[in-house]
Amino acid sequence: VSRRYFASEADLKKTALYDFHVAHGGKMVPFAGWSMPIQYKDSIMDSTVNCRENGSLFDVAHMCGLSLKGKDCVPFLETLVVADVAGLAPGTGSLTVFTNEKGGAIDDSVITKVTDEHIYLVVNAGCRDKDLAHIEEHMKAFKSKGGDVSWHIHDERSLLALQGPLAAPVLQHLTKEDLSKLYFGNFQILDINGSTCFLTRTGYTGEDGFEISVPDEHAVDLAKAILEKSEGKVRLTGLGARDSLRLEAGLCLYGNDMEQHISPVEAGLTWAIGKRRRAEGGFLGADVILQQLKDGPTIRRVGFFSSGPPARSHSEVHDESGNKIGEITSGGFSPNLKKNIAMGYVKSGQHKTGTKVKILVRGKPYEGSITKMPFVATKYYKPT
Amino acid sequence: FSSVVLKDLKYADSHEWVKIDGNKATFGITDHAQDHLGDVVYVELPDVGHSVSQGKSFGAVESVKATSDINSPVSGKVVEVNEELTESPGLVNSSPYEQGWIIKVELSDAGEAEKLMDSDKYSKFCEEEDAKH
Repeated sequence: VSRRYFASEADLKKTALYDFHVAHGGKMVPFAGWSMPIQYKDSIMDSTVNCRENGSLFDVAHMCGLSLKGKDCVPFLETLVVADVAGLAPGTGSLTVFTNEKGGAIDDSVITKVTDEHIYLVVNAGCRDKDLAHIEEHMKAFKSKGGDVSWHIHDERSLLALQGPLAAPVLQHLTKEDLSKLYFGNFQILDINGSTCFLTRTGYTGEDGFEISVPDEHAVDLAKAILEKSEGKVRLTGLGARDSLRLEAGLCLYGNDMEQHISPVEAGLTWAIGKRRRAEGGFLGADVILQQLKDGPTIRRVGFFSSGPPARSHSEVHDESGNKIGEITSGGFSPNLKKNIAMGYVKSGQHKTGTKVKILVRGKPYEGSITKMPFVATKYYKPT
Repeated sequence: FSSVVLKDLKYADSHEWVKIDGNKATFGITDHAQDHLGDVVYVELPDVGHSVSQGKSFGAVESVKATSDINSPVSGKVVEVNEELTESPGLVNSSPYEQGWIIKVELSDAGEAEKLMDSDKYSKFCEEEDAKH
């Protein structure tokens, strides 16, 4: 069995919870320049299932949180992302995409309008340097024309993700604020377990849950408190299970399912382009994207079920006659469904749900079919 | 915790075991290997009659997260494959040295086994390898 070899551990950055992970049996691996837990004592399979049955606590402090402030921070951000930021009510957020001049995705990000003069956002760990350079470059140009915007990178804070059916009841024990009034996509600054946290009801699992930005010095205490309040049912969960969960939920992984040459329309994220933005544009690459909205994209992201070995990134997708029609961008075995799932891109016109395909794994074709996503139904907490 | 290593087997540095009985040999992956892989969800098996060569890949093990090649500890011709693994790939995790065996071969060169490690040597090899990571 050929083993993978890892970069030197000494060069990797550590989150505030690093020692906590190691003490709890965390298997640490390099991820985007950080030493992160891929799993703990629980297997990846068990962790994935437990998140949907009870709950999971993830360290996602490697992701980069930042604030944009100033009278013009909203129009500034709207030049860079496809979301209708101006249309967001204060205290609400949305998934959005940073675009390049060709309409491709630079990164996806959850952005939150705190007030009309304060935006809080989180970008992917692997895209941090690229994103910050991109934002800074455009901010300089914007300010030189008289725009009022500045930023702060929250490197003094840790980000925890508490996900699953027990997330809300457990977290409610740790704060006086009524969390039943905080819906999916909502944001609040509040006291949790004695420290000031930024709380967003969101996640990357398809479950109800929260992302909690907590000062570094309180991160371990908060993690301990969450685990204690759940009496062992909420489990520390690593990046391995997180990847299975987001795949089951049909969510994109930047670098696999989204890249610089893939537009939000192709990625199936047209819903994230605000209605006003579809009419007005005003973001980088708008001409390409608005054209795709009008004509339809040439490729589309779809889900797949398959037999035999799990289809992984870069496996070719063929039609039943053996013609290549697309490629897998993410895939694996679904612990909750107990079958192979994958996502990828196929030519428009060949994307219909139920279409039979062959997926090539190590040169051999295996039966598959196109399916809608999510593979596992989402359970976001929304007003009824 | 340490993984199980049986005395009457020979081991390859890519973590396969072999049990030799006359001109026949049985192969699988070690307890150490399955522990590192995590839950196995699929085992790709070669066809009966296929030739395998020492050190070369003859199949693959799929875990939730990754694919790993299975390399042949010795050379020979496949005479039997463990069809149970098609329905129950988890046998590789739960019983790597018994029910989780992968293939049986007719040996082509009995002397090749001398290149493999015995159980003591393999145990030390695993300890050293783990200490590096």
